[in-house]
Amino acid sequence: MTTGVAVELNELTRLYGSVKALDGLSLHIEPGELVALLGPSGCGKTTALRILAGLDEATSGTVSVGGKDVSNVPANKRDMGMVFQAYSLFPHLTVLDNVAFGLKMRGKAKSERMSQAADMLDLVGLSAHKHKYASELSGGQQQRVALARALAIQPRVLLLDEPLSALDAKVRAQLRDEIRRVQLEVGTTTLFVTHDQEEALAVADRVGVMSQGRLEQLAAPADLYANPATPFVAEFVGLNNKVPAQVSGGQAHLLGTSVPALEGSIAGPGLAMVRPESVTIVADSAGTSTISSVAFLGPISRVYAALADGSVISAQMASSQAKAFSPGDPVTVGVEPTGVLVVKDDAA
Amino acid sequence: MLRRLRDALPLLPFLAVVVIFLIIPTVTVIVSAFFADGAFSLARIEALFSGTALAALWKSVLLSASTALIGAFLGAVLAWLIVSNPPTSMVRRAVISLCSVLAQFGGVALAFAFLATIGLNGVLTLWVQQVFGWNLAGSGWLYSLTGLILVYTYFQIPLMVIVFVPALEGLREQWREAAVSLGASTWRYWREVAVPLLTPAFLGSALLLFANAFAAYATAAALVSQGSPILPLLIRAALTSEVVLGQSGFAYALALEMIIVVAVVMVAYNALVRRTARWLR
Amino acid sequence: MRRRTLGGKVFRAMLWVAFGLFFLFPLYAMADFSTRNLIAGGRTMQAWQNLIADEALYQSIVISLLLAGFTVVAMLLVLVPTMIWVRLRTPWAKGMVEFLCLLPLTIPALVIVVGLRNVYLWVTYFLGESALTLTFVYVVLVLPFAYRAIDAALAAIDLKTLAEAARSLGAGWATTILRVVVPNIWSGILSAAFISIAVVLGEYTIASLSGYQTLQVQIVQIGKTDGPTSVAASLAVLLFGFVLLLVLSLLTRGRRRATVENVVQPGVAA
Repeated sequence: MTTGVAVELNELTRLYGSVKALDGLSLHIEPGELVALLGPSGCGKTTALRILAGLDEATSGTVSVGGKDVSNVPANKRDMGMVFQAYSLFPHLTVLDNVAFGLKMRGKAKSERMSQAADMLDLVGLSAHKHKYASELSGGQQQRVALARALAIQPRVLLLDEPLSALDAKVRAQLRDEIRRVQLEVGTTTLFVTHDQEEALAVADRVGVMSQGRLEQLAAPADLYANPATPFVAEFVGLNNKVPAQVSGGQAHLLGTSVPALEGSIAGPGLAMVRPESVTIVADSAGTSTISSVAFLGPISRVYAALADGSVISAQMASSQAKAFSPGDPVTVGVEPTGVLVVKDDAA
Repeated sequence: MLRRLRDALPLLPFLAVVVIFLIIPTVTVIVSAFFADGAFSLARIEALFSGTALAALWKSVLLSASTALIGAFLGAVLAWLIVSNPPTSMVRRAVISLCSVLAQFGGVALAFAFLATIGLNGVLTLWVQQVFGWNLAGSGWLYSLTGLILVYTYFQIPLMVIVFVPALEGLREQWREAAVSLGASTWRYWREVAVPLLTPAFLGSALLLFANAFAAYATAAALVSQGSPILPLLIRAALTSEVVLGQSGFAYALALEMIIVVAVVMVAYNALVRRTARWLR
Repeated sequence: MRRRTLGGKVFRAMLWVAFGLFFLFPLYAMADFSTRNLIAGGRTMQAWQNLIADEALYQSIVISLLLAGFTVVAMLLVLVPTMIWVRLRTPWAKGMVEFLCLLPLTIPALVIVVGLRNVYLWVTYFLGESALTLTFVYVVLVLPFAYRAIDAALAAIDLKTLAEAARSLGAGWATTILRVVVPNIWSGILSAAFISIAVVLGEYTIASLSGYQTLQVQIVQIGKTDGPTSVAASLAVLLFGFVLLLVLSLLTRGRRRATVENVVQPGVAA
């Protein structure tokens, strides 16, 4: 439907008094790409989105869309579709009128508006609710209408500001996939802001992890997960064990073996961030570790083992395997040969 | 059923107070309007259609409608000004407190405020006399309908502020931002989103202002010591009349008239407000 | 952040000035009028001193303050237990109680006083001629304001759980209400009390047409002969009410989400 355009955020800084909401953020989004900005509250991701939308002004830096600088273009002329966290549907208009609103602003004739809006509602599967009002719809349905409304104007860029945060868990997962499906079908360049890492990893072509106004790492989801560039990213995305390790010669020595140390690791002694699914547990009557507990989580289980030094490590495995272990069993704990990030031990 | 009654016993004191001091007086008024000298009679109701009574009713309606409109428009503007300040700002708290006082607890005090300003020896009167040689208060217009309109506006505008500020606050920022991101200019946002959303609240508030002015007594009573141009003052005359005995019966009919007008307006108000509350929660 | 244009700011400022003049000038005029020395020129505090010096005026102030106090106490005694009881034991009665509490908004005080004659014949028969008997009617007048304030406070706490916890630990109803619930709805109670005081102090309609000498009645009476004193008294009441409500808004912590429902309505004290 729309040919996507490239988006460029260049050295964006936003100061509120002395507080730096954004600190030199630079981001390039390819045409048709969905980039997710992920981070805790206050990291600046929403600020960045709003500056892109024109709802907020950067203290310095520029915004370019399709090669042109739009920093001075007012928000209502930027041709961007935006989906807010909640409550953004106009309560006095029907669903159809809501979706047609942007087209009305562009001066389209009524019949054309209505038919385009109807098509959009079809795309999100809500044609049956055309003549209802926002208050008669569930949260998930409202957000789908909001999505249809944003896309009806065939925007050059689609902006989503934590669109799923206000919804129930089950609805969230469904809607997440729906949004991705629609985005791929329409092909609009998209910026998706969220604090939920599962959402970001599931939905995006690339994920940008932010902290304190700065971009910590920008990479494809699998890459981000396997090769965190900074301690913050390693900590924020996915679960971690922190195991004492020694780095030398690009290798991290821990738990009796050596694995590659990821770029960004410190040299010398520190803590290695090991994912539970990378931890191996083998029954061994001569082993120095003991099982402390097993937590059944459905398809997978988490097995907790106490190491010789007393610290507890968690391993994730299929429940069928975990069945073999009981608290008190002696085991040997190892780690798979995937790369780990070694960070400084602040407690040492 | 019996258990319900037993559970409801502790509610008795409350019910007693309300029944004795609210329900009974109201019922007394309604019933007495239809009784004269102990027998059912429409004599008192008929008196409502006399020249004096109709004139007073008409003036009351005029006074209430005009101050409701003026108060609604100016009050909406002031409310908009106030809402532009953050909710915890001192300015906002002070202005809203002042509005509460003037709108609801001012009654008599407002009459004296205007007497002190543009009465015969009012501060403004004397000042204008000195500087321009005009006589502002000469004709005693302050005690006429025009004067009442001016003084009533002094509490109608604050009442509008109190009632309309919540509606303005109910206008979510997301709606404005959504409209803007969809291409609306400020003007179009107001025309297509804000005004349609605020209209029921605005009309409802105007109705409230009407009922408020119609039922108001203290200010007019303090300003106008003789004569009864408006309905509430006609009731006063009927109650305190030493001239014609039996005039107090007339007061019942007048009071009934007042209940009906105010009740009708309040029903309309409630219908409108329910719609608003849904949107602007 | 909304960008504010300079033109917009100037426009807003001009509007503020216009409204400020309209509303504050009469108040200033009151202060000026009440301190004017008509004979010798210059300022005099005679009118203000009359608030204490004039026996009738002073008495009426005392009566009105007492009346306010009695009304607050009576209102709290009647309303708080009732509202708690309704929430805990008779939820089916909530609609009716709410309707009754908001009814005084639709029935003008003027109408009430017209129909009050017979009722008060009985009241004065049993309780005497003091203006303090107005307490009962005043409780009815303040019901709408008090109800909303206390209802909002009750809605904000988990009353059921609190009460059940207290009772399961052995507390009787009185203890539960006084020592468990009341401390948690303090802001609502304070709100109801302050607003009730303001209503009572400003009430004129019922007091005057029933022939009682409360503050407002006295002010109007004095106004016929002594302008400055009545203006001084009026200004004093306005200022007192203003301070009362301002303090209340400062004490009510956080921003209570205002809705069209919990605001105040027509014809009660006007």
